Amino acid sequence: MSTPATALTDQFKVAGKAFNSRLIIGTGKYRSYDEMKAAHRSSGAEMVTVAVRRVPLDHSSESFLDHLDPALQILPNTAGCYTAEEAIRTARLAREALATEWIKLEVIGDQTTLFPDNEQTLEAARTLVKEGFIVLPYFTDDLIVAKKLLDAGCPAVMPLAAPIGSGLGVQNPTNLRIMREQLPDATIIVDAGVGTASDATIAMELGADAVLMNTAIAEAQDPPKMAEAMKLAIEAGRLAYLSGRMGKRLYASASSPLGGVVR
Amino acid sequence: MQIQINGEQREFAQSSIALSELIEKLSLAPQRIAIEVNRQIIRRDEWESTSIKDGDRVEIVQFVGGGNVRQAVNGRQKAGEQMCAFLVIR
Repeated sequence: MSTPATALTDQFKVAGKAFNSRLIIGTGKYRSYDEMKAAHRSSGAEMVTVAVRRVPLDHSSESFLDHLDPALQILPNTAGCYTAEEAIRTARLAREALATEWIKLEVIGDQTTLFPDNEQTLEAARTLVKEGFIVLPYFTDDLIVAKKLLDAGCPAVMPLAAPIGSGLGVQNPTNLRIMREQLPDATIIVDAGVGTASDATIAMELGADAVLMNTAIAEAQDPPKMAEAMKLAIEAGRLAYLSGRMGKRLYASASSPLGGVVR
Repeated sequence: MQIQINGEQREFAQSSIALSELIEKLSLAPQRIAIEVNRQIIRRDEWESTSIKDGDRVEIVQFVGGGNVRQAVNGRQKAGEQMCAFLVIR
């Protein structure tokens, strides 16, 4: 028997940086900073996303970043951008403000669905990689686009599982599975669509390397508790994926010996 | 002179102002912000030597909470939310 692969010894690497947690979480929609901090702590996440916005001019506001554990890897995003040009501009500002090359690239194509614009995303990714950014792109679950993003130099790809903030759970298991099988060496992070713990487990069982979520934790009745549930769900899903599940059968297969039954 | 800061027109008595002085005047904490003047990023070590003149457009950004931000923008977004509710009820 092999040594049990515990989720903790099974590190997740992006662009040469190792993470013990395969959960990446957002910082939006929390009811208070304290609630956000508690959720971050119980999630065990080591990377969090933040958005770039104009500074309000008429009141001095404290820096949001002061509310984040300094040990966390900050992943600025380009949320709210609708063109490659806007996303590139936002990424450059984020790099300047935070002195980080990491960027979660998000170029939205439509306000109702918030589905990504894969074409603009690819264009922005190519430019940003050339400028030295570590680009983690959010995109629609398209294998060919995933290949192009990886060819462009993205160290990971982040397909959606359902619309942002919908909590519908994994709506595209076949596409995610195909992506995993066709890109065995790629780092795949499922981003958006998770609603509850079992959804995160499903994403991991399909072979995702990590899951990024925000609303599922922030809009739970008890975000710190849900954050812990997500942590366990991701570990469970990862272990199940590494274990290799049994094959499915249409009919029963007895677990107890068939002979020697008392009649 | 008039300067546009984050989309708002602002009036200043002097005819030019150093970017570093502008940040001070606006009572902004200089840590972890980034600044564009006429769409060019001005690096922190250039704030003092950069002077802002009449008609310049200044963008000052910071970080806020966000994951993948769902913004309620207009009626279409609302319609999307209602449709979402239909989908959830199976």
